[in-house]
Amino acid sequence: MKRGSRRPAPQTELLEPQLFPVAEPPRAYGPRSIMAAAMSLAVPQIPGTSPESAVSVELLTQQAKDVIEGAFPRIWIRGEMSDFKPHRNGHWYFCLRGASAQIKCVMWSRDQRGVPTAPEDGMQVVALGQPTVYPAQGALQCTIYAIDAVGDGLWRKALDEATARLRADGLLEPSRKRALPRFPRRVAVITSPDGAALRDIIAVMRRRCPTVEIVLVPAKVQGDGAPADLARAIDCVARWGHADTVIIGRGGGAREDLWAFNSEIVARSLAACAIPTISAVGHEVDITLCDLVADHRAATPSAAAEAAVPVLAEARAEAAAMLLALREALVRQVQRRRDRVERAAHDLHVGVTRTTERRSARMTAIAGKLHALSPLATLARGYAVARDASGATLASTSDFVPGVDFDLLLRDGTVRATTRSVLDAAPAAEERT
Amino acid sequence: MSYETDIARIETIVGELERSEVPLDDALRLFEEGIERLRAASAALMQAEARVRKLIEESDGGFTLADFES
Repeated sequence: MKRGSRRPAPQTELLEPQLFPVAEPPRAYGPRSIMAAAMSLAVPQIPGTSPESAVSVELLTQQAKDVIEGAFPRIWIRGEMSDFKPHRNGHWYFCLRGASAQIKCVMWSRDQRGVPTAPEDGMQVVALGQPTVYPAQGALQCTIYAIDAVGDGLWRKALDEATARLRADGLLEPSRKRALPRFPRRVAVITSPDGAALRDIIAVMRRRCPTVEIVLVPAKVQGDGAPADLARAIDCVARWGHADTVIIGRGGGAREDLWAFNSEIVARSLAACAIPTISAVGHEVDITLCDLVADHRAATPSAAAEAAVPVLAEARAEAAAMLLALREALVRQVQRRRDRVERAAHDLHVGVTRTTERRSARMTAIAGKLHALSPLATLARGYAVARDASGATLASTSDFVPGVDFDLLLRDGTVRATTRSVLDAAPAAEERT
Repeated sequence: MSYETDIARIETIVGELERSEVPLDDALRLFEEGIERLRAASAALMQAEARVRKLIEESDGGFTLADFES
């Protein structure tokens, strides 16, 4: 199906005379009126006025095409999309339907660039078309140059489709979001070099943190070729590799002006960027695809600059606080050591005292017991102990030998004595016990 | 070494010194490392005001930075 390329060659007109001068407004075209006109002029050689001068089908359809195209400028047509068929060669074929009429349409692939996505059957659309005749089929049809859904249906559909594709590839996962560096040394800004967005970003960053270097990566942010240029700029920053954060954005604008930031190739480039990204498309209601895939979304370029860099004075205060914390921590280490030594000394003192006290108490107890058990105590109560010359105690009658001396220990001294005789103990007394 | 890494390391060092008693040699070494890291992290804070520049990709694939009039 190559309807476009099978248009009749222009030399047809040279070979066969014209039925009507196209510049003149056409009047009536029925065969009867052609005949009548030919008769009234009484010029028998006018083509098609007699069987002898019959015109070719090519001439008729070509003339019809010229007349139709001359009669209609490009016009906007409202209708329902039906029989939509995208051809392999990229052209779209479809019908626009009213309640009781329809017209065949073709949209060449080169004219589809401005259309966000392919329309669907049943969609209410408005299309800018040139009514014409397709000679190969002798059919009235429209060549369509622009198409949009009534409302924002087509834009919404394109966005939904792209979002679904990004989600399917896992690019919208919250877990993909990286933290922005707290203190970047260099911030790359992808935007138009003469837009308000760049001015705002520079102003905010200068105010907050003038030591951070701003590197502009100029890119076309709207119009034809903007998506490709934005994607190129993102890729460029990634390959350069010396930026710590990337801001991509532009100031507010009409939906069409922001559309490049809804482009899938830009979103995919941004998702693939090795450097943390901030999306800053100035808009109130809509969230762009770039916002969805960026690590951080800022509502405006100014907000993006605020998210990108800290306030220098605060960062300096933080560094000073850290120095203090370090010093204090070291001092505490030393302090803790001193405390431990002091504690150890105290514990030692307490320990020693306690041990001494414990020992002395035990000594007193032992001494008491010793005292109670001492034979001296027994002597004190009036008893006497007999000992031989070697000092061994003579505790039984068998220990005494008659005529041998022994000592008798008393409370206040010793008496030297001699055994005269040994009497056995009374057996009766033993038995009694 | 990024600012984050430096700051995070300093925080770890402070935490370590505060939490437990480390051998004195180690404590001094940690402290010195902390000071060194702080110096590195603070270097960016003490720089002069940076200029706005423009990234230009050369035809040979290299990059140059040109001053940008803003």
